Amino acid sequence: MEITLNWYLTLSALLFTMGVLGFLFRRNAIMMLMCVELMLNSVNITLVAFSQYLGDVSGQILVFFVMSVAAAEAAVGLALIIAIFRGKLTVDVTKINLFKY
Amino acid sequence: MDLSQAYASMTGDLANTMSLLIVALAGLALVVFDAFKNRHAATPWIAGLALTAGFVFEVSRIGSAEGMAYYNMLRTGGSAAFVNALVLGSGVLSVILTAPYLKRIGHNIGEAYSMILFATVGMLVLGSANNLVTVFVGLETMSICLYILTGFIRSGPGSTESAFKYFLLGAFSTGFFLYGIALLYGATGTMDISAMRDTVADGGSIVFWAGVAMLLVGFLFKVSAAPFHMWTPDVYQGAPTTITGFMSTASKTAAFASLILILNVALPGERWSEVLAVFAVITMVLGNVIALSQSNIKRMLAYSSIAHAGYILVGLAAGSADGYSGALFYLMVYTIMNIGAFGVIALLEWDKKEGSEQTLDSLAGIGYKKPLLGWTMAVFMFSLAGFPPLGGFLGKWAVFAPAVEAGYVWLAIVGVLTSAVSAYYYLRVLVVFFMKPEDAQSGAAATNFVIPKSSAAVLIFCVVLLFLLGVTTYAIELTGSFF
Amino acid sequence: MLSDFTPLFIQLLIAIGLSFTLLKAAALIGPKRANTIKLTSYESGMDPIGSARDRYSVKFYLVAMIFIVFDVEVVFLYPWAVTFSEFLDAGVGLGVLSVVFLFVIILAIGLLYDIKKGGLEFD
Repeated sequence: MEITLNWYLTLSALLFTMGVLGFLFRRNAIMMLMCVELMLNSVNITLVAFSQYLGDVSGQILVFFVMSVAAAEAAVGLALIIAIFRGKLTVDVTKINLFKY
Repeated sequence: MDLSQAYASMTGDLANTMSLLIVALAGLALVVFDAFKNRHAATPWIAGLALTAGFVFEVSRIGSAEGMAYYNMLRTGGSAAFVNALVLGSGVLSVILTAPYLKRIGHNIGEAYSMILFATVGMLVLGSANNLVTVFVGLETMSICLYILTGFIRSGPGSTESAFKYFLLGAFSTGFFLYGIALLYGATGTMDISAMRDTVADGGSIVFWAGVAMLLVGFLFKVSAAPFHMWTPDVYQGAPTTITGFMSTASKTAAFASLILILNVALPGERWSEVLAVFAVITMVLGNVIALSQSNIKRMLAYSSIAHAGYILVGLAAGSADGYSGALFYLMVYTIMNIGAFGVIALLEWDKKEGSEQTLDSLAGIGYKKPLLGWTMAVFMFSLAGFPPLGGFLGKWAVFAPAVEAGYVWLAIVGVLTSAVSAYYYLRVLVVFFMKPEDAQSGAAATNFVIPKSSAAVLIFCVVLLFLLGVTTYAIELTGSFF
Repeated sequence: MLSDFTPLFIQLLIAIGLSFTLLKAAALIGPKRANTIKLTSYESGMDPIGSARDRYSVKFYLVAMIFIVFDVEVVFLYPWAVTFSEFLDAGVGLGVLSVVFLFVIILAIGLLYDIKKGGLEFD
């Protein structure tokens, strides 16, 4: 059986949905961060698959940028989580509620 | 592609993107400088001068013809130069306001300036991007720097918490934005915005539509349009006040400019108008109505900025050349009045109490104690509410008139009605400033703080510009010549 | 077809051989003064026995974050490396090389800042 473009797109869509659902239903900040990373990396699969399918490299170039952006986001996110944890001794997002209208 | 020419061609483009280079190099230089001489007095000067140099360069390029740089990656000249000049001008004013503000609240952190510069680099790339790859890179450079800028006051819980919320929701929306780019790429076979137009002749596939929808979600989040606005009040309230002014204006300008470019060049046609019109209505109604019930002035301005995103979306929904140029003009007016308003609030935090905790009532009677702040605030509030002869009035006309021409009369009616609602909460600020009896405690504290000359100059400059934009038509004709 | 990979196999052999030789040589030549700490298995400074759910020093996170950022930037060198020979043939090798040097210098500025701010200091 041949692995066609649709297989990759389906895999990517499934992983992306898992990331979105995880972000929406998890309450631990680090798990939410990991779910965002899952979303970004699932998009990378789509980009590489399309890039291969179209025979055009610009999709793969974007993948490089996505990887470095994901790393920078992880660094900033972890730094913020540490700063929050120092003050509140928790990373439960339902407990981070200073501002409300 | 002939590789031997590639290097020479890219080197030649360096001169066309001089502002980007100056700001980026100054940012790097500041990182090194700050590592060796922390909190040096020259840091804000370097940042301000670099931004000013970039601003002068871009202003000199506004009249020139539109061109491309780096193999169609970036646009130069014309509307791109206008947007870049707007972003850089907002950066200059913000740096001038930020320097005394940070000193007064006791967090004179040198890194803040290099982060402002790097955020500006991201905005310049985003505002002039002609390729989805550069759009993404610019958007993320801007966003990550803004997360840090929001949270760099680590001593209090407010700043960190709002940065954290901004980060989580921003990263989440980045996922959607990126998926949109990937699907658009798959459906059209190109990342180039100007080449995309020819590939979407017939109805478009489901992949294409899903891609556009997700890209739109990402953009609407960044410009804080309802229903993707939830982060805005928390972030604007918790961030350092002058930084709030910077990110509410410059980042919105860059994101809207990119959205306009994509709508105008890559995805022309009336198909998006109705979608954007619906978003515009939700945004205008929600922003203005919730702003009515706010007691914190920063939070109120955050909801007002959501409402203003709605007005700009009205111009985009019109889908005509007039609509896009009206939106650009509105962004210019909005930048000036919002930076001014946040500048006044930053100066009013005299008791070292952060603006995130300050209620409107504690500022009662301040208009007489500090007439400069009172009267400039009055101009900004009247302009935000859209009273003639100020820039805000002409701006609203510039976005509502094209909507009427395009047949969206109901949209313009909703816009005018919600503007009328907004007058209530803008003028309430002035009522509190001038007509309420002053609070004995805060009134006494207000007598012994001085307004820095640089900040006063920025506020007066903004006021003068608002009057000029309201009575002359030069700027509106300028933006009209871009499309 | 398979012979294309001969240099790779040779390098693999050298790499494995070198690591074994060095380990063996260290064991044979080096001084042996055993104590409790040296004899326990290496866990990056953590106690190898006990609950793994201890709270770690925040410095580990800091170093890990810095590592992630610098590690991932290397991906930008790959596209440059695979296309460099074409630029070399086109006669602009020096210019393209200088661009990559600029990239590395920018990374080095980040590292310099990190060192000056004490981001890599333990305790």
